[in-house]
Amino acid sequence: MTAGSGSAGAVPAVDVHSVGRVFAGRRGASVIALDGVSLTVAPGEFVSLIGPSGCGKSTLLRLIADLDVPTSGNIRVFGKPARQARIDQDYGIAFQQAGLLPWRTVAGNIELPLELHGVDRAGRRARGAELIDLVGLSEFAGHYPDQLSGGMQQRVAIARSLAERPSLLLMDEPFGALDEMTRERMQNELVRICAETAAAVVFVTHSIPEAVFLSNRVVVMSPRPGRIRSIVPVGLGDVTTRGEGLREDADFFRSLSTVRDLLHADEHGDPSGDDRPGPGLPRGVETR
Amino acid sequence: MPRFARPALFGVLGVVGLALVWELYKFFGPGNGVVIGDLTVLPRTSDLAMPHLATMVARLFEPVTGAATALPLWLAVLGACAFTLGIAAVGWIVGVTVGLALALLMQRFRLAESAILPWIVLSQTVPLIAIAPLVRRWGAQVEIGAFAWENWMSVALIASYLAFFPVSVGALRGLGSPDAHHVDLMHCYAVGWWKTLWRLRLPASVGYLLPALRLAAVSAVIGSVVAEVSIGLRGGIGRLIVEYAGAAGGDPGKPWAPIFGSVLVGLVAAGFVGLIGLFLRRFRRDEVSA
Repeated sequence: MTAGSGSAGAVPAVDVHSVGRVFAGRRGASVIALDGVSLTVAPGEFVSLIGPSGCGKSTLLRLIADLDVPTSGNIRVFGKPARQARIDQDYGIAFQQAGLLPWRTVAGNIELPLELHGVDRAGRRARGAELIDLVGLSEFAGHYPDQLSGGMQQRVAIARSLAERPSLLLMDEPFGALDEMTRERMQNELVRICAETAAAVVFVTHSIPEAVFLSNRVVVMSPRPGRIRSIVPVGLGDVTTRGEGLREDADFFRSLSTVRDLLHADEHGDPSGDDRPGPGLPRGVETR
Repeated sequence: MPRFARPALFGVLGVVGLALVWELYKFFGPGNGVVIGDLTVLPRTSDLAMPHLATMVARLFEPVTGAATALPLWLAVLGACAFTLGIAAVGWIVGVTVGLALALLMQRFRLAESAILPWIVLSQTVPLIAIAPLVRRWGAQVEIGAFAWENWMSVALIASYLAFFPVSVGALRGLGSPDAHHVDLMHCYAVGWWKTLWRLRLPASVGYLLPALRLAAVSAVIGSVVAEVSIGLRGGIGRLIVEYAGAAGGDPGKPWAPIFGSVLVGLVAAGFVGLIGLFLRRFRRDEVSA
C-alpha cells in the first residue's frame, strides 16, 4: 500500500476532477461552496479533509457519496461515475450523528444495509455478529441505541458502514460529537479496523491531531470559495501500524504544526495564502 | 408501585372528584341554580335537573319500561353501545385507510400536498349536521346489483369523515419526521421510495400516528352518535339519548344511562388504540427514553 497520490496502474478509489459546486441562493445570490477541487485517493489510502467551517469539506464528501451533484467537473469512484458507485454500494458511509434507527437493536442496525439489499437471514446474522465483534460490542447486540453511550452508538454506525465490505469508507466528522477520551479511543479503533479491512477512507474532521494521526495525507481546505489549499503527506509510515505511541512521536508534532500553519495562513497576514505556502512551511508539503 | 399505578390512581381520583363536585353542588347549590341577570350560569339542583348519582346507577338495574317483557336498562344501553361501537369501528377503519392513503400521496408528491392539504383542513369546517342528510339522500340512490345502501352505512361514512382528518395530518407529519441523515442514509443505500417508506418512514411515524389514531377513534364515536341522531338510525346509543331524554320529566335517572353508555363506547375505542400502541412499543423508544 503506497501512501502517495495515484499509485500508478491501479484505478484510484476516488478521482475528483476540477469539481465546483454552486448553491443557488435567493434573488440570484449564489454561494460557491467548492471551486476547482481536484483530488485523487488511492485504494487503501486514508485521506482527511480539514478546514474551517464553510470550506466545503462536507460538501465534497457528499458529492463523492452522490448525495449531491457537482455543478462542474466530475467525480469517479473506482473508475465509475459517483452515481453508479452509489448504486453498486461501493462505499460505506458514517455521519457525525450515528443515525441509528431507534427501533432497531444494535444487531438490527448493523444488519440494516444487508437486509435492504436482500442478504438472507443466515448471512445477515453471521456478518452482523462478525462486525459486532470487530467494534467490541458483543455484549450489547440486543440493546437499543438509547441504551448506548455516544461512543458506542458511533461504533455501531461504523460497523454498519462496514457491513457490505466496501473498499471505500466516507466519514463525515464521525467522532465530532464525542468527548476527547472517547475520541482518541475511537481513533485507535478506526486505525485497527482500517488495517483489517484495507479500505480507502475519506475522512472529514475539524481536529488537526485527529487528521494527522489517522491519515496518509491531510487535505487542507480554505473557505469562500471552498478550495484545496494544500495537501500534506504525513510521513508517519503505514497507517495500519500506527499505535498509541505515535501521539508522542516528534514526526507527529511536526506534521501537526505544518497543518496548523496552513490552516492559519490567513491570520498570519498572508494575503495570497490560497496559493503560497504559509509561514514556516517545512519541506515535503505539496502546494498548489 | 408499578409504572401504571400512578396514572390509574389519578384516573380514579378524577372520577371520584367529579362525583363529589356533582353531589356537593347539588347539596349546597341554590334550588333555582345560579342566575346572573337573566342568565342561568349553573343548573338547578332539583332532583329532576340533577338526579343523585345513586338514582342514576339504581335506574340502570331497573327495566327500561313498565312492560313485562322489558329488558333491564343497562342491558338495553349495552346493546346500543355495541351497535354504535360496530358502526364507529367501520367508520374508523375506513377513515384510517383513507387518511393514510392521503398522507402517503402527499408525502410522495409535494404537488399533492399543496393541492390536497387545504381541502382536508377545509373539510372539517363543514358542520356534521349539514352533511348528514346529504349523505343519507345520496346513499339512498346507491344500488348496485344485490348491494343496497343502508342507513348504518351513512352513519359509518360520516364517522369516517371525522376520523380521516387527524390520521391524514398526523401521518403526514410522521412520514416526514425522519432526520435528514436518515433519509441520506437510505439514499446511500440506493433503496427506492417504497423500501424507504417501509423501513424508515412508517416506523418513524408511529409516534405521530398513535395519538392521531386515538383522536380518530374518539371522533368516529362522536361522529356515529351525532349522525345516528341526524339520520334517524335506530338501535344505537345516539338514538337512545334522544329517546330517553323525553323521559327526563318523570324518570330523571333514565337519560343518564345512554350518556354513560356513550362515554363507555369512547373509552373502549380509545382503549383499543392504546392496545395497538402496546404492540408498537418498539417504535416509540425515543418517547420512552425522553
